[in-house]
Amino acid sequence: MLSQHSESKTGKNTDADFMADHLLHQLHRLQQKHRHIPPQLIAEVARESGLPVSQVAAVVNFYSFFYQQPVGRYHLLFSNCTSCGYQSGEVNLLALLCQRLNITPGQMRTDGVASADETSCIGMCDHGPSALVNGVPIVNLDEDRIRQLCDLIAANQSPDDWPADWFQINNHIHRPGLLLNTPLQCGSSLEKALVGDALLMLESIVQSGLRGRGGAGFATGKKWLFCREAEGDTRYVVCNADEGEPGTFKDRVLLQCHADALFEGMTLCAYGIGAEKGFLYLRGEYRYLLGHLQAVLRRRYDSGLLGASILGQAGFSFDIEIVVGAGAYICGEESALIESLEGKPGIPRIRPPFPVTHGYLGRPTVVNNVETFIAAAHIICYGSDGFSAVGTEKSPGSKLLSVSGDCQTPGIYEYPYGVSIQQVLDDCGATQVQAVQIGGPAGSLVAKKDFNRRISFEDVSTGGSFLIFNEKWDLLSINRNFARFFAHESCGFCTPCRVGTRLLENSIGKIADGRGTWRDVDGIKQLSGIVSRYSHCGLGHTAANHILDSLQHFPGHIRNVLAQQSFTPAFDLDAALETARQLTQRDDADAHLK
Amino acid sequence: MTETKDMIFIDGKAIGFMEGQTIMDAALSAQVYIPHLCHYPGLTPSGNCRLCVVEADGRKVAACTTAAREGQQISNNTAELNAARKAITQMLFVEGNHICPSCEKSGNCKLQAMGYYLSMLEEHYPQFNPHRALDASHPDIFLDRGRCILCGLCVRASHDVDKKNVFAIAGRGADARLIVNTVSGKLGDSNLDVSDLAANICPVGAIMFKEHGYVTPIGERIYDRQQISDVALNEHVREERR
Repeated sequence: MLSQHSESKTGKNTDADFMADHLLHQLHRLQQKHRHIPPQLIAEVARESGLPVSQVAAVVNFYSFFYQQPVGRYHLLFSNCTSCGYQSGEVNLLALLCQRLNITPGQMRTDGVASADETSCIGMCDHGPSALVNGVPIVNLDEDRIRQLCDLIAANQSPDDWPADWFQINNHIHRPGLLLNTPLQCGSSLEKALVGDALLMLESIVQSGLRGRGGAGFATGKKWLFCREAEGDTRYVVCNADEGEPGTFKDRVLLQCHADALFEGMTLCAYGIGAEKGFLYLRGEYRYLLGHLQAVLRRRYDSGLLGASILGQAGFSFDIEIVVGAGAYICGEESALIESLEGKPGIPRIRPPFPVTHGYLGRPTVVNNVETFIAAAHIICYGSDGFSAVGTEKSPGSKLLSVSGDCQTPGIYEYPYGVSIQQVLDDCGATQVQAVQIGGPAGSLVAKKDFNRRISFEDVSTGGSFLIFNEKWDLLSINRNFARFFAHESCGFCTPCRVGTRLLENSIGKIADGRGTWRDVDGIKQLSGIVSRYSHCGLGHTAANHILDSLQHFPGHIRNVLAQQSFTPAFDLDAALETARQLTQRDDADAHLK
Repeated sequence: MTETKDMIFIDGKAIGFMEGQTIMDAALSAQVYIPHLCHYPGLTPSGNCRLCVVEADGRKVAACTTAAREGQQISNNTAELNAARKAITQMLFVEGNHICPSCEKSGNCKLQAMGYYLSMLEEHYPQFNPHRALDASHPDIFLDRGRCILCGLCVRASHDVDKKNVFAIAGRGADARLIVNTVSGKLGDSNLDVSDLAANICPVGAIMFKEHGYVTPIGERIYDRQQISDVALNEHVREERR
């Protein structure tokens, strides 16, 4: 249908099957069809695509949403985030579902009907406990809904026929600001840019002081200029829409409401650096947005805003393709994302060289996140002065916050940089707040005494996650959740992160179980230092932040649960005797240590 | 200051380097030891074991993957770095099943030698005791994944030198493991040969030859005679080719 009128320069079309041959997409189709990807299918894919079997196997093994053992016809993945997770309410919803369906987490029921497990944050933190049902988000889960859902599964009703409101995802924009208040006319910023040359456009981005919104804050204009000047005949624009940081969902909303501005920002970048090809790397959890995004792309091709001779400008051609991930937080790291784009496991590359000189296929590549590209489009449309007039000196512009946790109105809040944490808390109706985790588990845990601190690159930096914890929370349970998250998401490439994150998870668990001693706390400090200083990439560098923050700001939470001995073993001695008890068929008091 | 041209300084010692060399390359050519397990001169560096992390101009970087830059001030043999190296070595020990007294590689094992070099007296962290599949399907070579430290040397040797691409590392985080590039996943179905570099480069006892036990007695083996810090100065892929 679409191929008739959207032939790109490369002769490929841009319909829904575009990139159908991408390894991640091939594997997704196989997973959907066969509910797992067994060795014979891996071999088949390898043969057909001319890849080594080991590469295909490595990819299947790496991504959470590919399985080597079959999953059920109804496969439910519950978010385990502190905001949209199955334990964020009073009841453990995963346990409830498993009990009602008679399944064990991570194992398919023998009749092949159902399976359930947990997964890292799915970005529905403003919608209460949520899960993916065969990959599609289902929100606002509670005991009632779980019971109904189990009944529907028992009645063999297809999720397509489940109540539509279970799948209703709202935008919850509670405080629009600079970007959200001033929508762009399609093509308006491109028209402005094309009046002058590419360098003039880049100059505006530099002038605006725009910094990357992913959290690290590299100057966007500088990045684009570096890429333009980098050696190479082909350049790429990549949008990182893999917002996996637990508690972040602003890209979900931007992709839903501002996809045009995003694609426009990417097209501007292409104009600036001289790229003809761009990719949107969409996290697998947001696959449900794919149809919408493809429709927007199609419309832009039809309007001459993508494809050959954009807006009639001879020689300015740009195509955008969408690649959908398959469940791996690490792919939010730009070089891991590029590896994933290339059909490989998402293992971060050695940097330098950086993507601006050696990115996708070794070519100069700009990687920016969704919000950054949208901000760039705004700057070109409305001018850099208006942009840099907002915010602080070192952090011009505005920031979208994904606010969730213990507050009246979770959702999207856009503020000029420099807003205080307290202001955000007041606006979203958060009371009796104990702590806020800013920037997700990789960010900082901020205590009440520091709520006057400000959201900005020079103070508290964040990619957008803003998790609120009231006084009811046991902060140690949050540390435990985060430690588990990092151990699960570590790519496994380097020793300190692969082993260290697991050791941290175990140590925090030991303390939370009441078996920890001061010796364990000292051990955690030492271990945190190794993981954060000696790891290969940002995941390891930040994985212990939440623990160190906790120890610094909330020492009581840990001190109060420590055992009084100077040493307790790493394992539970009594539990370790279980096998012996079973063998001897004893369970009397003398067969126990406590 | 013209003296600093093409020189780096490791623990204060001036070391010449050529354009394109890493800190590790330069150090080894000057007979300066920087501890490492996943690196082998002549193969593309990987930077996964993190033992070679040094402090270059105040930043912690892996010496094997970081380019030498003129005038660079590098700390290597310091108490802090060696303590971290010991911790990382301990991590590798507890992650796998490394039981030296019953391992044929004992005395020839780099992980064990590293432990001795760093004065590691205990494993410190709780054991993971992993269950990892053993592969004895090859007529001459067996694979004991329990002893694999995921250094990827066999992967690179097979790909870059042997041109066979027999091995890969698959799986994420705790599931990371060595796999064989065959449809069955079995080593017996691969074309790995005992003379391949990939079959000989394993620093630990993960890739072992069958029917070759204890040819050299314990006590007379490589690291029984020399420290790893000396042996490592004379290693290069070209010496390994048979």
